Amino acid sequence: MEDMLFYDRLQFAFTITFHYIFPQLTMGLSLMIVYFKWKYLRGNVEKYNDAAKFFMKIFAINFTMGVVTGIPMEFQFGTNWAKFSELTGGIIGQTLAMEGMFSFFLESSFLALFIFGEKLMGQKLHFLTGFLVFLGSWASGWFILATNAWMQHPVGHEVLENGKFVLENFSALFTNPWLLPAFLHNQVASVATSSFVVASIGAFYILRNKNVAYGKLFLKTGVVFGLVSSLLLAFPTGDLNAKNVAKYQPAAFAAMEGIFETEEAGAEIVLIGQPNMVEKKLDNKIAVPNILSFLTHQEWDRQIPGMDQFEKDELPDNVPALYYAYHIMVGLGTIFIGIMALAVFFLWREKLYTLKPLLWTIMFLVPFPYIANLTGWYVAELGRQPYLVYGLLRTSDGISPTVSSGNTLFTLLGFVALYMLLGLLFLVLVGKTIHEGPTPQKH
Amino acid sequence: MEVFWFVIIAIVLVVFFILDGYDFGAGIIHLFLAKKEKDKEVIAKSAGLFWDSNEVWLVAAGGMLFMAFPTFYASVFSGFYLPLIIVLWLIVFRAIGLEFRSQFNYKMWKDIWDKSFGISSLLLALFFGIALGNIVRGVNLGGVENGVSVYEKHYFFLPLWDSSFSPMSQTPGVIDWFTIIIGLITVVTLAIHGANWIVLKTNSSINKELKNVVLKLNIVLSVLTLFSLIVWNIVNPKCLHNFMDKPYLLIFPLIYFSGLISLFFVKKIKKDSHAFLASTLLILGGITSSLASIFPILLPSTNTINEPLTIYNMATEEYGLSVAMNWGIIGFILLFVYLIIQKRLMGGKVDTMDYGH
Repeated sequence: MEDMLFYDRLQFAFTITFHYIFPQLTMGLSLMIVYFKWKYLRGNVEKYNDAAKFFMKIFAINFTMGVVTGIPMEFQFGTNWAKFSELTGGIIGQTLAMEGMFSFFLESSFLALFIFGEKLMGQKLHFLTGFLVFLGSWASGWFILATNAWMQHPVGHEVLENGKFVLENFSALFTNPWLLPAFLHNQVASVATSSFVVASIGAFYILRNKNVAYGKLFLKTGVVFGLVSSLLLAFPTGDLNAKNVAKYQPAAFAAMEGIFETEEAGAEIVLIGQPNMVEKKLDNKIAVPNILSFLTHQEWDRQIPGMDQFEKDELPDNVPALYYAYHIMVGLGTIFIGIMALAVFFLWREKLYTLKPLLWTIMFLVPFPYIANLTGWYVAELGRQPYLVYGLLRTSDGISPTVSSGNTLFTLLGFVALYMLLGLLFLVLVGKTIHEGPTPQKH
Repeated sequence: MEVFWFVIIAIVLVVFFILDGYDFGAGIIHLFLAKKEKDKEVIAKSAGLFWDSNEVWLVAAGGMLFMAFPTFYASVFSGFYLPLIIVLWLIVFRAIGLEFRSQFNYKMWKDIWDKSFGISSLLLALFFGIALGNIVRGVNLGGVENGVSVYEKHYFFLPLWDSSFSPMSQTPGVIDWFTIIIGLITVVTLAIHGANWIVLKTNSSINKELKNVVLKLNIVLSVLTLFSLIVWNIVNPKCLHNFMDKPYLLIFPLIYFSGLISLFFVKKIKKDSHAFLASTLLILGGITSSLASIFPILLPSTNTINEPLTIYNMATEEYGLSVAMNWGIIGFILLFVYLIIQKRLMGGKVDTMDYGH
């Protein structure tokens, strides 16, 4: 049984991590493509249309990856988490079915038109199809977050005697106080990823002295979108999410902030340190007193419960992983604001395009928003442990009763091999697209 | 309400097999019959432009099944664990085959992805047929061994095959000689459907030849169909009861046979779209007949200890079903609007359309 749970979790963690590399770019980039296309419609400057078409190529490759790694996610609810599906299908089946109906169809029906139909439809309709693709991909995020919000903070349901969750109030699923902050935070984070990608390609073209006119456009757009999204990530969206965790999942909050012992007169904020689970303390700790209490409750000496206040089986089962995920996310987010603020400052002083150290930094910044996005999701998912539905259904009670660990290991190995191939192909094809660069429109 | 959702999900599944069926079929034809690069390209294009929006119907069917019949979704997806995951892998190979073949312009690269597209299309068609065979045959619910259920009564786990390879075994596997026959019927049906699609949507140089192929395949299909009807009766003697009790259900087999018969005149049919319509009837009739033969059962039990899974004992609560009906109807209308817009804007032959990123 322990084995089964371990491999089911490992497979889900692996496949969802790999999958989420792609949708975060899809969602953010679709917004930026719509922006480029809109600029072109307004000003009729060709390079904006070229930019839209160039990023569409990257978008298309990325989208395919998102689709083919996404279908296994929907299947895995049933294949590996059958008990969870059986008990909660009446609730999360709603949001997941709505995702299929209201977003996947929108996205996929109009994507082919957007990619291949520019000549067929004319510019205004082409913009419209692009907008619909954007709408579809964000709607998808909305329904997934609604699903996750219910698991984090279950509302609008009733639990029957046989353990089944049945829907009692449909609209409660969408007015869940967990949903909106989580959705906004997630969407802004995906805009951050895509703007860093756009800026990085721009920096690469300028440094390579190739496609420089496009490079400047990409860099400028990328850093402006990048600064705005980085700021929004911290405040208000990140702040609201942290407050939600503190309010609804205090045990997860204590673990992610690394508070082992409750302090009477206000909690400190931990900047650095390694959780020592044997001695129940942080090794090599650097912390600032009372800040956490202030940030969370706007009161310097407000008490925040530490991990000592909770039973062991109520605490997340992997405290160090949760703590690191959270601190990596916050640390990176802070660095992003710094770099992007610097870039926008030099853009304003008209020095950005020649400032090589900053260009190199921006170029190599690309992996980090991905890491921040993924660690952000780890915070949400590890923090929810040991529950699937917070406080109500334990993770160990959700797995498929009939699928043995040997079978799961077999499919996990298959996924690892297949996804390695996909990752390799993705890099080769995106690399090729970047190498070829945007194609200027011919007249 | 259960019946309403059963019908809706059945419609979505049928539409999925009609739509994605033609690009599976195109893949099978592509694998065996496309020799010239030009033909390979247009056939891949006739599938590549549409596969993604077609496959969404499968995702939608899965989502709705999850919502309306969560227990069934949980039982079947975990019970058919291995074949389902293998189907997922094949879907990946098929999709990247279609999407990546035109990324580099040299033969070796294209050959690799053509094979990836063709072979996985063939195997997927076979697996989907085998799945249908499993649904009508039933499974060992509760994992009964020596008269005792090993699992809860609605759970099961099927191995890929059982040493006897027989549908009458106490513990049948996913693959046995009966499900293989249904699998082959599906492959042939989709190959016919794909050939009709290629004729309809492209100017490939093998269009003439394809009409002959359709005719030959149709003969094979007729033989297989008759044979399957005989063995079906042996595997599940109750398979005709529903039709005898409710004769109006006979409309579904009738649709199937009308498609089958009209395809014998494929060379005389003037409009290519009419031939495509005939193979559409084949798919529509085939799936609906299978479902009608076991209705209201969703999955029969091969043992006598545990009850079969039916739409009544698998459905979620009334409130959930009715609230979903409200958004479901809106969503459903939208789906068909998208489909019409897409088919109108991308009507006609694909040869001249832009493709390749």
